[in-house]
Amino acid sequence: MKTIGQNFKRVDAYGKVTGEAKYTSDLEPGGCLVAKVIHSTIANGKVLDFDLDAALKVPGVVRIVTCFEVPDLQFPTAGHPWSVETAHQDIADRKLLNERVRLYGDDIAAVIAENEIACIQAARLIRVKYEEYEPVVTVEQAMSEDATPLHPDLRKDNVIAHTRFTMGGADFTYETAKTRAEEEYGAENLIEVNAVMNTPRISHCHIELPTSWAYMDHNGKITVTSSTQIPHIARRVIAQALGIPVGKVRVIKPYIGGGFGNKQDVLYEPLNAYLATLTGGRPVKLEISREETISGTRTRHAIKGECKGIATRDGRLLARSLKAYANNGGYASHGHAICANCCTVFKDLYADAYGSEAEGFTVWTSSASAGAMRAYGIPQSDFFAEALTDDICYQAGLDPLQFRMENCMPEGFRDPGNGITFHSYGLKACMQKGAERIGWEEKRRLYADQTGTVRRGVGMAIFCYKTGVYPISLETASARMILNQDGSMQLQLGATEIGQGSDTVFTQMAAETTGIPFDQIYIVSAQDTDVVPFDTGAYASRQSYVTGMAVKKCGETLRERILDYAAYMLNHSETDMAKTMHAEVVAGAKQRMLGALSLPENTEITAELLDIKDGQVIWNAQPDTDEGVLFDLSVIAETAFYSLDRAEHITAEVTNQCKQNTFASGCCFVDIEVDMAVGKIEVKDIINVHDSGILLNPQLAAGQVHGGMSMGLGYALSEELLYDENGRPLNNNLLDYKIPTALDTPKLNVEFIELADPTGPYGNKALGEPPAIPVAPAIRNALLHATGVALHELPMTPQRLIEAFQKAGLI
Amino acid sequence: MYDIKSFYEAASVQDAIAALCADENAEIISGGTDLLIRIREGKAAGKTLVSIHNIPELKGITYDEDGTIVIGAATSFSHLTNHEIIKKHLNMLGEAVDQVGGPQIRNAGTIGGNICNGATSADSAASMQTLNAIVVLEGPEGLREVPVSAFYTGPGKTVRSRTEVCTAFKITKENYEGWAGHYIKYGKRNAMEIATLGCAVWIRLSPDKQIIEDVRLAYGVAAPTPIRCRKAEYAVRDRDISDAAIYELLSKNALEEVSPRTSWRASREFRLQLISELGKRALKQAIINAGGKTA
Repeated sequence: MKTIGQNFKRVDAYGKVTGEAKYTSDLEPGGCLVAKVIHSTIANGKVLDFDLDAALKVPGVVRIVTCFEVPDLQFPTAGHPWSVETAHQDIADRKLLNERVRLYGDDIAAVIAENEIACIQAARLIRVKYEEYEPVVTVEQAMSEDATPLHPDLRKDNVIAHTRFTMGGADFTYETAKTRAEEEYGAENLIEVNAVMNTPRISHCHIELPTSWAYMDHNGKITVTSSTQIPHIARRVIAQALGIPVGKVRVIKPYIGGGFGNKQDVLYEPLNAYLATLTGGRPVKLEISREETISGTRTRHAIKGECKGIATRDGRLLARSLKAYANNGGYASHGHAICANCCTVFKDLYADAYGSEAEGFTVWTSSASAGAMRAYGIPQSDFFAEALTDDICYQAGLDPLQFRMENCMPEGFRDPGNGITFHSYGLKACMQKGAERIGWEEKRRLYADQTGTVRRGVGMAIFCYKTGVYPISLETASARMILNQDGSMQLQLGATEIGQGSDTVFTQMAAETTGIPFDQIYIVSAQDTDVVPFDTGAYASRQSYVTGMAVKKCGETLRERILDYAAYMLNHSETDMAKTMHAEVVAGAKQRMLGALSLPENTEITAELLDIKDGQVIWNAQPDTDEGVLFDLSVIAETAFYSLDRAEHITAEVTNQCKQNTFASGCCFVDIEVDMAVGKIEVKDIINVHDSGILLNPQLAAGQVHGGMSMGLGYALSEELLYDENGRPLNNNLLDYKIPTALDTPKLNVEFIELADPTGPYGNKALGEPPAIPVAPAIRNALLHATGVALHELPMTPQRLIEAFQKAGLI
Repeated sequence: MYDIKSFYEAASVQDAIAALCADENAEIISGGTDLLIRIREGKAAGKTLVSIHNIPELKGITYDEDGTIVIGAATSFSHLTNHEIIKKHLNMLGEAVDQVGGPQIRNAGTIGGNICNGATSADSAASMQTLNAIVVLEGPEGLREVPVSAFYTGPGKTVRSRTEVCTAFKITKENYEGWAGHYIKYGKRNAMEIATLGCAVWIRLSPDKQIIEDVRLAYGVAAPTPIRCRKAEYAVRDRDISDAAIYELLSKNALEEVSPRTSWRASREFRLQLISELGKRALKQAIINAGGKTA
């Protein structure tokens, strides 16, 4: 049976629905101590002294550890594979607890107590003396000449990195392209748009908070159970932060309640591991509150984009430019990787006739650290590119769909900088499908000349997204398959299930390649770094592609080993097999096979003549009839385990280093109603169309898209983490930080263009992150269509809308 | 886990008052939907809590002998919304409290807590203002009745003393018979929301449904406390509902009576726009709900 492309029920469905599935806190052992982090109440400065006297007297307090006591080691936190090239290593810019305070709420001490209340009471009684500096909350402040450098040991100023990429030659500049355009076409035949755009800092809002518990055993080995996307990376970073060998650290990742990139950073696992060294072997739990999570873990970068574009009035895109400033907060986390990604996609998405340039700055500021979040810089990039495109079309009176069809990245596109190629190209087919589904042509006409304060509009946005991180970073994944006595198998991976359904699709892949039925493959869902093979984890929409290749190769190896053993059994049917319990079955099978294939009695049967289908060994000349069935896999497995002649535990383990990448793409179309007098946008109809190659499990794929679209709606309309001028977060709670509720969410429609990607293990390419990308710019462009108001800032909150409508004289 | 010193389950109102008097650190808890958040934030940590949640006499909705509707202070939002008396006479209030938070909050939170917190953003506040509700307080010095218009003294502050238990709200017959209305909660999203602005219009039309015999307009979050806009009410009283000018008249006058402030949640200008627009929309829907036909 073909398993790829089928809607198999999630392997964790029953466990998660019944509540039986175990998450980190469910596994907490008895007698666990509780720890709380003490945060700074200034945004920039230095801790001078603590007064702990009153706090230490709180009954139940076991230990208070401060920034003056932790190991003097700086470590990186990014969930990137470690780089053996020194120049490409992540920035090591924090300690377990920091004396130098870089943001409001920086981690400066920790309390360990018998219970949470004692922790909270002690925390309230701790007095801290600081030396305070002027907070540099915004990129402008942090880049100003007199700004305090937050990390003077690493950089002379607050700029972490600065890069410039071009298309159309290394010497391309937008200004020379503009001069050339004016000479070639005449200024009167050109449209130029010049806009400064702002995207907000947002929070991942995974349901399960970052939580972990840890203990140190009698051998000094530290085990940390944590809600992480990247157990193997967490293990390495813990070792770096504590200055201990990697082998002394074990990380266990059970089921997790969402991550969306926040848990693609090593958050509090190192501190938790360190605290476990102070308790004489007692386990310590560290759960981070929602408030701490929003303003003190990681965020999506607020990026300011200075965007320019020039096109001919009849719709030929000539050149574009982006200058992006990413607010990275107090610590480097993923460093410049995200802003660089933003710049790359901005230039890749369109085939500017002359070229394009994208310059990016990533800047430390006194605010929440920004790191990975679903789609890694591309929601920002796409907002810049797609708002710019619609502004050009609006001013020139061009149809945005046709403009995109004529100017978007073409089939076979290859990024000259990194070589990433669009191997299977469904972008234009996606646009076609989306336009038909939303009723583009009709509605663009219908909504053209509206009056009144309630208006409709349709808008669209396209995107592209790479699959995994090659060649920017290492791509490696390992898989292990272990045959059981009954012919079933364990599948062990270092890749992580984080809710996206990877356990299910990996099981499908293993079934597809080995021929062992889906329900006889037992995937080991929890990653224990002492047990499962190495994989860097869930991020970059990589696992189904990179780990998928490892599963495929491992499955091929296992299949070969099984068949090799099957051939041995058939060839020894009258010798070694004769005395065994399966003698008759094997001998009979051999006779039928030789007879059916008209082979002489003494034919040496080789593995090439055999195959596995639905858990049975068949001869592959007759794959579609029952006649081909030789015997069940259990016959082989049982024999292999216990054969007195040739005992063998049939297993396979493969590491796949992936040196491929391909673009996924797609689009969003929306139909909105704008109630201008109250500043509200209602999404009446919305559809995402995705070009993600062959779908491994269409139902799970649609689920991924629904979730991403929902995040896109929040990004478009309501989500934004705010700070006051002193760098204090204003809305780090779920009442004031507005994620959309069920009542704010329209029906989410999804379509796919399925084209097999030649580089994907099963024709598949990225899908995990892309759905979150195009929704916000599509809504923004629909607003432009409805009202003529070109907003350049997200989210499009009621207050921003009302200000814009009042300014435009519409209300 | 919550940092609570002790929890006392009061058997009666008198028992609760005694417990409150016995300990200066004691505070009333009913549904707990606001207090537990303050405790978690550390703002009300270490308190002695006196629960009035399970005092039977504080729950339910009844008529007095003169037809006054008496709403027990510990009645939950969901009970209020679904009660026959509310559906028949005070549907606006029932719908207003049906917009509080989410279903779980509405099952736990009470009308007494909503008013006694003194929040200008409380979803029942604007409606209670238009209903001329009377707040019944019982304390060590006995019982007193305070008109809701005199209940608030500032943001989060009311005339209730710490040892007084709010037992009920009364709405007399002349304040509901023949009246209908509409409440609009304006939030940034459609659920799990605190009002950016709340607007209630309570109206009584002439028997032929043509003339506005009486009207009341109240806002939440348009000032430090919930407020009535009496000038605006006066401006449209006795007007014909087919007169298109009434909406502008109402909102223009209301704008002169409100005093919203700029905060990071919303600017003054934004709130003024909402005050103007929501007043018009609430008036229009109130007329429809009262049986009038609008243009």
